[in-house]
Amino acid sequence: MLTDPTATARPAPAPAPAPSRLAAAWAQPWTRLAALGGVVLVLTAVYLFSDVPGSLSFALEIRSRTVLAMLVVSTAVGVSTVVFHTITQNRILTPSIMGFDAFYVLISTVIVFFSGSAAFLAFDELTLWLVQVVVMVAFSVLLFTWLFGGKRRSIHLMLLVGIVLGTFFRSFTEWMQRMLDPLDFQVLSDAMFASLTRPDETLLALSAVLVAGACAAVVPLRRTLDVLALGEPAAVGLGVDHRRVVMVLFVSVSVMIAASTALVGPILFFGLIVANLAYSWAGSFRHVWTLPTAVLLGMVCLLGGQLVLERVFGYGGTLSTVIDFAGGLFFLYLVLRKGAR
Amino acid sequence: MIALENVTKRYGSQTVVDDVSISLGEEGVTALIGPNGAGKSTLFGLVGRLLKPDGGRVTVDGMDVATTASSTLATTLAVLRQDNHVAARLTVRDLVEFGRFPHSRGRLTVEDRDHIERAISYLDLDAYRGRFLDELSGGQRQRAFIAMVLAQDTKYVLLDEPLNNLDLRHMAEIMRLIRRMADELGKRIVVVLHDINVAARYADRIVAMRDGVVVADAPAREIMRPEVLGAVYDTPVDVREIDGKPVALYYG
Repeated sequence: MLTDPTATARPAPAPAPAPSRLAAAWAQPWTRLAALGGVVLVLTAVYLFSDVPGSLSFALEIRSRTVLAMLVVSTAVGVSTVVFHTITQNRILTPSIMGFDAFYVLISTVIVFFSGSAAFLAFDELTLWLVQVVVMVAFSVLLFTWLFGGKRRSIHLMLLVGIVLGTFFRSFTEWMQRMLDPLDFQVLSDAMFASLTRPDETLLALSAVLVAGACAAVVPLRRTLDVLALGEPAAVGLGVDHRRVVMVLFVSVSVMIAASTALVGPILFFGLIVANLAYSWAGSFRHVWTLPTAVLLGMVCLLGGQLVLERVFGYGGTLSTVIDFAGGLFFLYLVLRKGAR
Repeated sequence: MIALENVTKRYGSQTVVDDVSISLGEEGVTALIGPNGAGKSTLFGLVGRLLKPDGGRVTVDGMDVATTASSTLATTLAVLRQDNHVAARLTVRDLVEFGRFPHSRGRLTVEDRDHIERAISYLDLDAYRGRFLDELSGGQRQRAFIAMVLAQDTKYVLLDEPLNNLDLRHMAEIMRLIRRMADELGKRIVVVLHDINVAARYADRIVAMRDGVVVADAPAREIMRPEVLGAVYDTPVDVREIDGKPVALYYG
Protein backbone atom coordinates (compact mmCIF):
# COMPACT_ATOMS: atom_id res chain seq x y z
CA MET A 1 0.00 0.00 0.00
CA LEU A 2 1.23 3.45 -0.82
CA THR A 3 1.00 6.30 1.61
CA ASP A 4 1.42 9.94 0.80
CA PRO A 5 5.09 10.59 1.51
CA THR A 6 4.52 14.27 2.18
CA ALA A 7 2.35 13.37 5.16
CA THR A 8 5.35 11.90 6.94
CA ALA A 9 7.86 14.55 5.90
CA ARG A 10 9.70 15.89 8.90
CA PRO A 11 8.67 19.38 9.90
CA ALA A 12 11.35 21.99 10.52
CA PRO A 13 12.60 21.83 14.11
CA ALA A 14 10.69 24.00 16.55
CA PRO A 15 12.79 26.76 18.13
CA ALA A 16 14.15 25.70 21.52
CA PRO A 17 12.36 27.24 24.53
CA ALA A 18 14.08 30.40 25.67
CA PRO A 19 16.55 29.52 28.43
CA SER A 20 16.71 31.51 31.64
CA ARG A 21 19.09 34.45 31.79
CA LEU A 22 21.47 32.67 34.09
CA ALA A 23 21.65 29.64 31.82
CA ALA A 24 22.11 31.91 28.81
CA ALA A 25 25.01 33.68 30.49
CA TRP A 26 26.51 30.34 31.48
CA ALA A 27 26.32 29.22 27.85
CA GLN A 28 28.69 32.04 26.91
CA PRO A 29 32.30 30.82 26.66
CA TRP A 30 33.65 33.92 28.40
CA THR A 31 31.51 33.32 31.51
CA ARG A 32 32.86 29.83 31.82
CA LEU A 33 36.41 31.00 31.22
CA ALA A 34 36.03 33.70 33.87
CA ALA A 35 34.61 31.17 36.33
CA LEU A 36 37.58 28.93 35.71
CA GLY A 37 39.94 31.87 36.15
CA GLY A 38 38.25 32.54 39.50
CA VAL A 39 38.83 28.95 40.61
CA VAL A 40 42.50 29.21 39.66
CA LEU A 41 42.87 32.45 41.62
CA VAL A 42 41.26 30.93 44.71
CA LEU A 43 43.40 27.81 44.51
CA THR A 44 46.52 29.94 44.04
CA ALA A 45 45.64 32.04 47.08
CA VAL A 46 44.95 28.92 49.18
CA TYR A 47 48.19 27.35 48.05
CA LEU A 48 50.24 30.47 48.71
CA PHE A 49 48.80 31.60 52.04
CA SER A 50 47.45 28.59 53.89
CA ASP A 51 49.39 26.36 56.25
CA VAL A 52 52.51 28.52 56.49
CA PRO A 53 54.96 26.80 58.86
CA GLY A 54 57.44 29.67 59.41
CA SER A 55 58.23 32.96 57.80
CA LEU A 56 55.50 34.01 55.36
CA SER A 57 57.87 35.80 52.99
CA PHE A 58 60.09 32.73 52.71
CA ALA A 59 57.13 30.45 52.07
CA LEU A 60 55.77 32.90 49.52
CA GLU A 61 59.05 33.02 47.66
CA ILE A 62 59.31 29.22 47.41
CA ARG A 63 55.64 28.72 46.68
CA SER A 64 55.30 31.44 44.07
CA ARG A 65 58.14 29.80 42.20
CA THR A 66 56.19 26.54 42.22
CA VAL A 67 53.07 28.34 41.02
CA LEU A 68 55.03 29.94 38.22
CA ALA A 69 56.44 26.55 37.24
CA MET A 70 52.89 25.22 37.16
CA LEU A 71 51.84 28.09 34.95
CA VAL A 72 54.70 27.42 32.53
CA VAL A 73 53.92 23.71 32.44
CA SER A 74 50.16 24.02 32.09
CA THR A 75 50.59 26.62 29.35
CA ALA A 76 53.08 24.49 27.47
CA VAL A 77 51.14 21.26 27.86
CA GLY A 78 47.67 22.75 27.37
CA VAL A 79 48.46 24.86 24.32
CA SER A 80 50.66 22.25 22.66
CA THR A 81 48.13 19.45 23.11
CA VAL A 82 45.21 21.47 21.75
CA VAL A 83 47.28 22.63 18.78
CA PHE A 84 48.52 19.10 18.19
CA HIS A 85 44.94 17.82 18.22
CA THR A 86 43.91 20.39 15.65
CA ILE A 87 46.85 19.70 13.35
CA THR A 88 46.34 15.95 13.46
CA GLN A 89 42.52 16.12 13.56
CA ASN A 90 42.58 13.60 16.37
CA ARG A 91 41.62 14.21 19.96
CA ILE A 92 43.08 11.20 21.69
CA LEU A 93 46.68 11.89 20.80
CA THR A 94 49.21 13.85 22.77
CA PRO A 95 52.47 15.20 21.42
CA SER A 96 54.16 12.48 23.49
CA ILE A 97 53.24 10.09 20.69
CA MET A 98 56.10 11.65 18.76
CA GLY A 99 58.49 10.30 21.38
CA PHE A 100 59.19 13.61 23.11
CA ASP A 101 59.28 12.34 26.68
CA ALA A 102 60.84 9.04 25.64
CA PHE A 103 63.63 11.07 24.13
CA TYR A 104 64.03 13.07 27.32
CA VAL A 105 64.36 9.89 29.38
CA LEU A 106 66.82 8.51 26.86
CA ILE A 107 69.06 11.56 27.08
CA SER A 108 69.17 11.35 30.87
CA THR A 109 69.76 7.60 30.79
CA VAL A 110 72.60 7.95 28.34
CA ILE A 111 74.26 10.50 30.61
CA VAL A 112 73.91 8.28 33.68
CA PHE A 113 74.95 5.22 31.72
CA PHE A 114 78.17 6.68 30.46
CA SER A 115 79.18 8.97 33.29
CA GLY A 116 77.46 7.53 36.38
CA SER A 117 74.89 9.00 38.74
CA ALA A 118 77.43 11.06 40.65
CA ALA A 119 78.37 12.89 37.48
CA PHE A 120 74.68 13.16 36.53
CA LEU A 121 73.86 14.82 39.83
CA ALA A 122 76.93 17.03 39.58
CA PHE A 123 75.99 17.99 36.05
CA ASP A 124 75.31 21.69 35.69
CA GLU A 125 71.50 22.00 35.58
CA LEU A 126 71.60 24.76 33.02
CA THR A 127 73.76 22.75 30.65
CA LEU A 128 71.53 19.71 31.06
CA TRP A 129 68.44 21.80 30.38
CA LEU A 130 70.03 23.38 27.31
CA VAL A 131 71.18 20.05 25.92
CA GLN A 132 67.75 18.54 26.39
CA VAL A 133 65.87 21.45 24.87
CA VAL A 134 68.16 21.72 21.86
CA VAL A 135 68.20 17.99 21.19
CA MET A 136 64.44 17.58 21.57
CA VAL A 137 63.61 20.53 19.31
CA ALA A 138 66.20 19.47 16.75
CA PHE A 139 64.81 15.94 16.74
CA SER A 140 61.23 16.99 16.15
CA VAL A 141 62.09 19.59 13.54
CA LEU A 142 64.20 17.05 11.66
CA LEU A 143 61.39 14.51 11.78
CA PHE A 144 58.97 17.15 10.62
CA THR A 145 60.99 18.52 7.72
CA TRP A 146 61.85 15.01 6.59
CA LEU A 147 58.31 13.69 6.56
CA PHE A 148 56.16 16.75 6.13
CA GLY A 149 58.26 19.54 4.67
CA GLY A 150 59.47 17.53 1.71
CA LYS A 151 57.61 15.92 -1.14
CA ARG A 152 55.72 13.44 1.01
CA ARG A 153 53.72 15.86 3.15
CA SER A 154 51.95 13.31 5.25
CA ILE A 155 51.03 14.01 8.85
CA HIS A 156 50.10 10.39 9.36
CA LEU A 157 53.42 9.10 8.13
CA MET A 158 55.12 11.56 10.46
CA LEU A 159 53.06 10.31 13.42
CA LEU A 160 53.75 6.71 12.53
CA VAL A 161 57.50 7.26 12.33
CA GLY A 162 57.25 9.22 15.59
CA ILE A 163 55.56 6.26 17.30
CA VAL A 164 58.14 3.82 15.99
CA LEU A 165 61.03 6.04 17.07
CA GLY A 166 59.41 6.61 20.48
CA THR A 167 59.14 2.86 21.00
CA PHE A 168 62.72 2.47 19.90
CA PHE A 169 63.88 5.12 22.40
CA ARG A 170 61.92 3.45 25.18
CA SER A 171 63.32 -0.02 24.47
CA PHE A 172 66.82 1.33 24.14
CA THR A 173 66.42 3.23 27.43
CA GLU A 174 65.12 0.13 29.15
CA TRP A 175 68.00 -1.92 27.86
CA MET A 176 70.51 0.60 29.20
CA GLN A 177 68.68 0.89 32.51
CA ARG A 178 68.89 -2.87 33.03
CA MET A 179 72.64 -2.67 32.94
CA LEU A 180 72.82 0.20 35.40
CA ASP A 181 74.15 0.00 38.90
CA PRO A 182 71.11 -0.10 41.29
CA LEU A 183 72.20 3.14 42.89
CA ASP A 184 72.52 4.86 39.51
CA PHE A 185 69.12 3.48 38.58
CA GLN A 186 67.62 4.90 41.78
CA VAL A 187 68.96 8.35 41.01
CA LEU A 188 67.72 8.13 37.45
CA SER A 189 64.19 7.01 38.40
CA ASP A 190 63.91 9.92 40.79
CA ALA A 191 64.78 12.29 37.99
CA MET A 192 62.20 10.70 35.72
CA PHE A 193 59.18 11.73 37.75
CA ALA A 194 57.98 15.20 37.06
CA SER A 195 58.64 17.46 39.99
CA LEU A 196 57.11 20.88 40.16
CA THR A 197 58.34 22.04 43.52
CA ARG A 198 61.43 24.17 43.94
CA PRO A 199 62.52 24.57 40.35
CA ASP A 200 65.79 26.31 39.65
CA GLU A 201 65.21 30.02 39.19
CA THR A 202 67.28 30.46 36.05
CA LEU A 203 65.77 27.42 34.35
CA LEU A 204 62.31 28.56 35.30
CA ALA A 205 62.93 31.98 33.80
CA LEU A 206 64.42 30.51 30.62
CA SER A 207 61.55 28.02 30.24
CA ALA A 208 59.02 30.79 30.82
CA VAL A 209 60.63 32.88 28.08
CA LEU A 210 60.64 29.98 25.61
CA VAL A 211 57.04 29.03 26.32
CA ALA A 212 55.93 32.65 26.10
CA GLY A 213 57.78 33.01 22.79
CA ALA A 214 56.10 29.92 21.38
CA CYS A 215 52.71 31.19 22.56
CA ALA A 216 53.40 34.48 20.83
CA ALA A 217 53.71 32.50 17.60
CA VAL A 218 50.54 30.45 18.20
CA VAL A 219 48.15 33.15 19.43
CA PRO A 220 48.05 35.20 16.19
CA LEU A 221 47.16 31.97 14.39
CA ARG A 222 44.13 31.24 16.60
CA ARG A 223 41.58 31.93 13.87
CA THR A 224 43.58 29.98 11.31
CA LEU A 225 43.60 27.10 13.79
CA ASP A 226 39.79 27.18 13.77
CA VAL A 227 39.88 26.72 10.00
CA LEU A 228 42.43 23.90 10.26
CA ALA A 229 39.81 21.96 12.22
CA LEU A 230 37.96 21.58 8.91
CA GLY A 231 40.78 19.44 7.57
CA GLU A 232 43.55 20.18 5.13
CA PRO A 233 41.55 20.27 1.84
CA ALA A 234 38.94 22.67 3.17
CA ALA A 235 41.54 24.83 4.90
CA VAL A 236 43.56 25.12 1.69
CA GLY A 237 40.38 25.97 -0.21
CA LEU A 238 39.80 28.80 2.25
CA GLY A 239 43.22 30.23 1.55
CA VAL A 240 45.25 28.84 4.44
CA ASP A 241 48.91 28.31 3.56
CA HIS A 242 48.68 24.88 5.17
CA ARG A 243 52.32 23.89 4.97
CA ARG A 244 53.69 27.12 6.40
CA VAL A 245 51.08 27.35 9.15
CA VAL A 246 51.53 23.74 10.25
CA MET A 247 55.29 24.24 10.23
CA VAL A 248 55.06 27.28 12.53
CA LEU A 249 52.64 25.48 14.82
CA PHE A 250 54.65 22.32 14.98
CA VAL A 251 57.89 24.10 15.83
CA SER A 252 56.06 26.07 18.54
CA VAL A 253 54.67 22.83 19.95
CA SER A 254 58.13 21.26 20.07
CA VAL A 255 59.67 24.30 21.73
CA MET A 256 56.96 24.42 24.40
CA ILE A 257 57.16 20.73 25.14
CA ALA A 258 60.92 20.64 25.19
CA ALA A 259 61.08 23.60 27.56
CA SER A 260 58.51 22.23 29.97
CA THR A 261 59.80 18.63 29.92
CA ALA A 262 63.36 19.78 30.49
CA LEU A 263 62.12 21.90 33.40
CA VAL A 264 59.99 19.43 35.35
CA GLY A 265 60.26 16.06 33.62
CA PRO A 266 57.83 14.03 31.52
CA ILE A 267 54.28 15.16 32.21
CA LEU A 268 52.67 15.11 28.77
CA PHE A 269 49.95 12.62 29.50
CA PHE A 270 48.03 15.15 31.48
CA GLY A 271 47.66 17.27 28.35
CA LEU A 272 45.17 14.73 27.13
CA ILE A 273 42.88 15.20 30.13
CA VAL A 274 43.23 18.94 30.12
CA ALA A 275 42.59 19.37 26.39
CA ASN A 276 39.55 17.11 26.31
CA LEU A 277 38.07 18.68 29.42
CA ALA A 278 38.71 22.06 27.82
CA TYR A 279 36.66 21.13 24.73
CA SER A 280 33.61 20.29 26.78
CA TRP A 281 34.10 23.10 29.28
CA ALA A 282 34.59 25.80 26.65
CA GLY A 283 31.57 24.58 24.69
CA SER A 284 33.07 26.11 21.57
CA PHE A 285 35.51 24.79 19.00
CA ARG A 286 37.15 28.21 18.69
CA HIS A 287 40.73 28.33 19.84
CA VAL A 288 40.20 31.76 21.39
CA TRP A 289 38.32 29.80 24.06
CA THR A 290 39.78 26.31 24.03
CA LEU A 291 43.41 27.43 24.37
CA PRO A 292 43.05 29.56 27.54
CA THR A 293 40.55 27.07 28.97
CA ALA A 294 43.07 24.26 28.58
CA VAL A 295 45.75 26.35 30.30
CA LEU A 296 43.48 27.25 33.22
CA LEU A 297 42.26 23.67 33.60
CA GLY A 298 45.90 22.62 33.70
CA MET A 299 46.42 25.06 36.55
CA VAL A 300 43.40 23.67 38.39
CA CYS A 301 44.73 20.11 38.02
CA LEU A 302 48.26 20.96 39.11
CA LEU A 303 47.33 23.31 41.95
CA GLY A 304 44.55 21.09 43.18
CA GLY A 305 46.68 17.96 42.91
CA GLN A 306 49.58 19.59 44.70
CA LEU A 307 47.32 20.93 47.45
CA VAL A 308 45.80 17.52 48.05
CA LEU A 309 49.18 15.87 47.98
CA GLU A 310 50.93 18.38 50.24
CA ARG A 311 48.23 19.40 52.69
CA VAL A 312 46.03 16.31 52.81
CA PHE A 313 48.43 13.42 52.40
CA GLY A 314 51.46 15.27 53.67
CA TYR A 315 53.70 14.63 50.66
CA GLY A 316 52.65 11.02 50.21
CA GLY A 317 53.86 10.74 46.62
CA THR A 318 54.75 12.49 43.42
CA LEU A 319 52.20 14.65 41.69
CA SER A 320 52.85 13.09 38.29
CA THR A 321 51.96 9.63 39.60
CA VAL A 322 48.58 10.93 40.71
CA ILE A 323 48.09 12.74 37.42
CA ASP A 324 49.11 9.72 35.37
CA PHE A 325 46.70 7.53 37.32
CA ALA A 326 43.80 9.95 36.89
CA GLY A 327 44.85 10.55 33.28
CA GLY A 328 44.87 6.84 32.55
CA LEU A 329 41.35 6.41 33.87
CA PHE A 330 40.15 9.39 31.88
CA PHE A 331 41.82 8.09 28.74
CA LEU A 332 40.02 4.76 29.10
CA TYR A 333 36.78 6.63 29.55
CA LEU A 334 37.43 8.60 26.34
CA VAL A 335 38.25 5.51 24.31
CA LEU A 336 35.26 3.55 25.61
CA ARG A 337 32.91 6.44 25.03
CA LYS A 338 34.16 6.77 21.44
CA GLY A 339 33.63 3.07 20.94
CA ALA A 340 30.10 3.25 22.30
CA ARG A 341 29.06 5.85 19.74
CA MET B 1 39.02 31.62 -16.84
CA ILE B 2 40.66 28.59 -15.31
CA ALA B 3 43.33 27.58 -17.79
CA LEU B 4 45.32 24.36 -17.68
CA GLU B 5 48.34 24.22 -19.96
CA ASN B 6 49.94 20.83 -20.59
CA VAL B 7 49.27 19.77 -17.02
CA THR B 8 50.66 16.39 -15.98
CA LYS B 9 50.43 14.62 -12.63
CA ARG B 10 52.02 11.30 -11.76
CA TYR B 11 51.74 9.08 -8.70
CA GLY B 12 54.91 7.03 -8.83
CA SER B 13 55.09 5.57 -12.32
CA GLN B 14 51.39 6.00 -12.96
CA THR B 15 50.30 9.06 -14.88
CA VAL B 16 46.89 10.19 -13.60
CA VAL B 17 46.59 13.43 -15.52
CA ASP B 18 48.38 13.28 -18.82
CA ASP B 19 49.32 16.52 -20.59
CA VAL B 20 45.89 18.11 -20.25
CA SER B 21 45.25 21.53 -21.76
CA ILE B 22 41.78 22.87 -21.25
CA SER B 23 39.99 26.04 -20.34
CA LEU B 24 37.20 25.84 -17.77
CA GLY B 25 34.89 28.20 -15.97
CA GLU B 26 32.82 30.09 -18.55
CA GLU B 27 29.38 31.20 -17.40
CA GLY B 28 27.00 28.43 -16.42
CA VAL B 29 27.56 24.89 -15.28
CA THR B 30 30.30 22.65 -16.61
CA ALA B 31 30.14 18.97 -15.71
CA LEU B 32 33.25 16.85 -15.51
CA ILE B 33 32.44 13.20 -16.12
CA GLY B 34 34.33 9.98 -16.62
CA PRO B 35 34.86 6.56 -15.10
CA ASN B 36 36.52 6.02 -11.72
CA GLY B 37 40.22 6.70 -11.89
CA ALA B 38 39.92 8.95 -14.93
CA GLY B 39 41.71 11.76 -13.10
CA LYS B 40 38.76 14.06 -12.37
CA SER B 41 39.45 14.55 -8.68
CA THR B 42 43.17 14.85 -9.33
CA LEU B 43 42.43 17.59 -11.85
CA PHE B 44 40.41 19.40 -9.18
CA GLY B 45 43.23 18.93 -6.72
CA LEU B 46 45.63 20.54 -9.19
CA VAL B 47 43.36 23.53 -9.80
CA GLY B 48 42.54 23.83 -6.08
CA ARG B 49 46.31 23.82 -5.21
CA LEU B 50 46.06 20.70 -3.10
CA LEU B 51 48.38 18.92 -5.49
CA LYS B 52 51.42 20.18 -7.34
CA PRO B 53 51.59 19.28 -11.04
CA ASP B 54 54.64 17.41 -12.28
CA GLY B 55 54.48 19.44 -15.46
CA GLY B 56 52.50 22.30 -16.96
CA ARG B 57 50.78 25.29 -15.46
CA VAL B 58 47.40 26.17 -13.99
CA THR B 59 46.16 29.76 -14.00
CA VAL B 60 42.98 31.29 -12.61
CA ASP B 61 42.16 34.61 -14.25
CA GLY B 62 45.81 34.85 -15.20
CA MET B 63 47.10 34.12 -11.69
CA ASP B 64 49.50 31.21 -11.59
CA VAL B 65 48.18 28.79 -8.95
CA ALA B 66 51.71 27.72 -8.01
CA THR B 67 52.96 31.22 -7.20
CA THR B 68 49.90 33.25 -6.19
CA ALA B 69 49.15 33.56 -2.48
CA SER B 70 46.64 30.97 -1.38
CA SER B 71 44.53 33.63 0.31
CA THR B 72 44.25 35.66 -2.91
CA LEU B 73 43.12 32.63 -4.89
CA ALA B 74 40.56 31.82 -2.21
CA THR B 75 38.69 35.02 -3.01
CA THR B 76 38.36 34.03 -6.68
CA LEU B 77 38.03 30.26 -6.55
CA ALA B 78 36.12 28.08 -4.08
CA VAL B 79 36.64 24.34 -4.00
CA LEU B 80 34.44 21.83 -2.23
CA ARG B 81 36.00 18.40 -2.00
CA GLN B 82 34.15 15.18 -1.42
CA ASP B 83 34.20 13.48 1.99
CA ASN B 84 34.22 16.53 4.20
CA HIS B 85 34.98 15.10 7.57
CA VAL B 86 35.07 17.65 10.37
CA ALA B 87 36.65 16.64 13.67
CA ALA B 88 35.37 19.64 15.61
CA ARG B 89 31.74 20.02 16.59
CA LEU B 90 30.42 22.87 14.46
CA THR B 91 27.01 24.35 13.90
CA VAL B 92 25.75 25.19 10.42
CA ARG B 93 26.29 28.85 11.14
CA ASP B 94 29.90 28.22 12.29
CA LEU B 95 30.60 26.35 9.09
CA VAL B 96 29.14 29.01 6.83
CA GLU B 97 31.15 31.68 8.70
CA PHE B 98 34.30 29.90 7.57
CA GLY B 99 33.39 30.83 4.02
CA ARG B 100 34.27 34.42 4.90
CA PHE B 101 37.75 33.50 6.13
CA PRO B 102 39.53 34.49 2.88
CA HIS B 103 37.96 37.95 3.11
CA SER B 104 38.16 38.79 6.79
CA ARG B 105 40.63 36.27 8.27
CA GLY B 106 38.06 35.35 10.88
CA ARG B 107 37.08 38.84 12.07
CA LEU B 108 33.55 39.16 10.77
CA THR B 109 32.43 42.52 9.48
CA VAL B 110 28.86 43.63 8.87
CA GLU B 111 29.29 42.76 5.22
CA ASP B 112 30.51 39.28 6.16
CA ARG B 113 27.46 38.68 8.33
CA ASP B 114 25.30 39.78 5.45
CA HIS B 115 26.94 37.26 3.12
CA ILE B 116 26.57 34.52 5.74
CA GLU B 117 22.87 35.19 6.28
CA ARG B 118 22.18 35.31 2.56
CA ALA B 119 24.03 32.05 1.95
CA ILE B 120 22.11 30.32 4.75
CA SER B 121 18.79 31.55 3.38
CA TYR B 122 19.72 30.72 -0.19
CA LEU B 123 20.29 27.11 0.79
CA ASP B 124 17.13 27.08 2.85
CA LEU B 125 18.96 26.35 6.08
CA ASP B 126 17.38 29.07 8.25
CA ALA B 127 15.76 26.58 10.59
CA TYR B 128 18.99 24.64 10.99
CA ARG B 129 21.54 27.38 11.57
CA GLY B 130 22.10 26.39 15.22
CA ARG B 131 22.20 22.66 14.57
CA PHE B 132 25.43 20.73 14.82
CA LEU B 133 26.68 19.17 11.59
CA ASP B 134 26.53 15.67 13.05
CA GLU B 135 22.84 16.18 13.73
CA LEU B 136 22.00 16.80 10.07
CA SER B 137 21.02 14.41 7.31
CA GLY B 138 23.42 13.88 4.40
CA GLY B 139 21.50 16.24 2.15
CA GLN B 140 21.34 18.99 4.75
CA ARG B 141 25.03 18.65 5.52
CA GLN B 142 25.87 18.91 1.82
CA ARG B 143 23.75 22.05 1.62
CA ALA B 144 25.60 23.49 4.60
CA PHE B 145 28.94 22.94 2.87
CA ILE B 146 27.62 24.51 -0.33
CA ALA B 147 26.42 27.48 1.75
CA MET B 148 29.97 27.85 3.03
CA VAL B 149 31.30 27.89 -0.51
CA LEU B 150 28.62 30.38 -1.49
CA ALA B 151 29.51 32.69 1.39
CA GLN B 152 33.06 32.63 0.09
CA ASP B 153 31.64 34.80 -2.70
CA THR B 154 33.97 33.67 -5.46
CA LYS B 155 33.63 33.91 -9.21
CA TYR B 156 34.45 30.22 -9.70
CA VAL B 157 33.03 27.32 -7.73
CA LEU B 158 34.44 23.80 -8.05
CA LEU B 159 32.35 20.98 -6.59
CA ASP B 160 33.80 17.49 -6.42
CA GLU B 161 30.99 14.92 -6.50
CA PRO B 162 28.47 16.90 -4.47
CA LEU B 163 25.86 14.18 -5.05
CA ASN B 164 27.81 11.43 -3.32
CA ASN B 165 25.58 9.30 -1.08
CA LEU B 166 22.48 11.39 -1.67
CA ASP B 167 19.07 9.96 -2.43
CA LEU B 168 16.98 10.93 -5.47
CA ARG B 169 15.22 13.82 -3.86
CA HIS B 170 18.34 15.43 -2.40
CA MET B 171 20.26 14.79 -5.57
CA ALA B 172 17.71 16.71 -7.62
CA GLU B 173 17.52 19.40 -4.94
CA ILE B 174 21.29 19.99 -4.96
CA MET B 175 21.42 20.03 -8.77
CA ARG B 176 18.59 22.58 -8.97
CA LEU B 177 20.50 24.69 -6.46
CA ILE B 178 23.67 24.51 -8.50
CA ARG B 179 21.72 25.52 -11.58
CA ARG B 180 20.15 28.45 -9.72
CA MET B 181 23.50 29.59 -8.40
CA ALA B 182 24.78 29.72 -11.96
CA ASP B 183 21.70 31.43 -13.42
CA GLU B 184 20.76 33.86 -10.66
CA LEU B 185 24.07 34.61 -9.01
CA GLY B 186 26.26 34.30 -12.08
CA LYS B 187 28.56 31.71 -10.49
CA ARG B 188 30.80 29.82 -12.87
CA ILE B 189 30.47 26.28 -11.65
CA VAL B 190 32.51 23.21 -12.49
CA VAL B 191 31.11 20.03 -11.01
CA VAL B 192 32.30 16.42 -11.02
CA LEU B 193 29.31 14.14 -11.60
CA HIS B 194 28.87 10.42 -11.87
CA ASP B 195 25.41 10.21 -13.30
CA ILE B 196 25.58 11.10 -16.97
CA ASN B 197 21.85 11.80 -17.10
CA VAL B 198 22.13 14.32 -14.28
CA ALA B 199 25.01 15.96 -16.15
CA ALA B 200 22.99 16.13 -19.36
CA ARG B 201 19.96 17.59 -17.61
CA TYR B 202 21.69 20.34 -15.61
CA ALA B 203 25.01 21.17 -17.26
CA ASP B 204 25.67 23.46 -20.21
CA ARG B 205 28.95 21.89 -21.14
CA ILE B 206 30.27 18.41 -20.47
CA VAL B 207 33.93 17.53 -20.30
CA ALA B 208 34.65 13.81 -20.35
CA MET B 209 37.91 12.35 -19.09
CA ARG B 210 39.36 8.90 -19.40
CA ASP B 211 42.80 7.60 -18.42
CA GLY B 212 44.02 11.08 -17.53
CA VAL B 213 43.13 12.77 -20.80
CA VAL B 214 40.14 14.78 -21.97
CA VAL B 215 38.35 12.59 -24.51
CA ALA B 216 35.32 14.75 -25.19
CA ASP B 217 34.43 18.38 -24.56
CA ALA B 218 31.19 19.73 -25.98
CA PRO B 219 27.75 21.11 -25.18
CA ALA B 220 25.79 18.58 -23.12
CA ARG B 221 23.55 17.58 -26.03
CA GLU B 222 26.44 16.52 -28.24
CA ILE B 223 28.02 14.32 -25.59
CA MET B 224 24.83 12.34 -25.21
CA ARG B 225 25.51 9.99 -28.09
CA PRO B 226 25.98 6.23 -27.80
CA GLU B 227 29.38 6.19 -29.49
CA VAL B 228 30.79 9.02 -27.33
CA LEU B 229 29.53 7.66 -24.01
CA GLY B 230 30.45 4.10 -24.94
CA ALA B 231 34.02 5.20 -25.58
CA VAL B 232 34.23 7.25 -22.37
CA TYR B 233 32.94 4.55 -20.04
CA ASP B 234 34.09 1.55 -22.07
CA THR B 235 30.67 -0.02 -21.80
CA PRO B 236 27.71 -0.09 -24.18
CA VAL B 237 25.42 2.89 -23.62
CA ASP B 238 22.18 3.45 -25.43
CA VAL B 239 20.69 6.93 -25.70
CA ARG B 240 16.96 7.50 -26.13
CA GLU B 241 14.92 10.64 -26.31
CA ILE B 242 12.24 11.09 -23.68
CA ASP B 243 10.13 14.23 -24.02
CA GLY B 244 12.81 15.68 -26.26
CA LYS B 245 15.57 15.13 -23.73
CA PRO B 246 18.35 12.60 -24.23
CA VAL B 247 18.49 9.84 -21.63
CA ALA B 248 21.34 7.37 -21.44
CA LEU B 249 20.53 3.74 -20.71
CA TYR B 250 23.45 1.77 -19.40
CA TYR B 251 21.91 -0.90 -17.24
CA GLY B 252 22.33 -3.57 -19.95
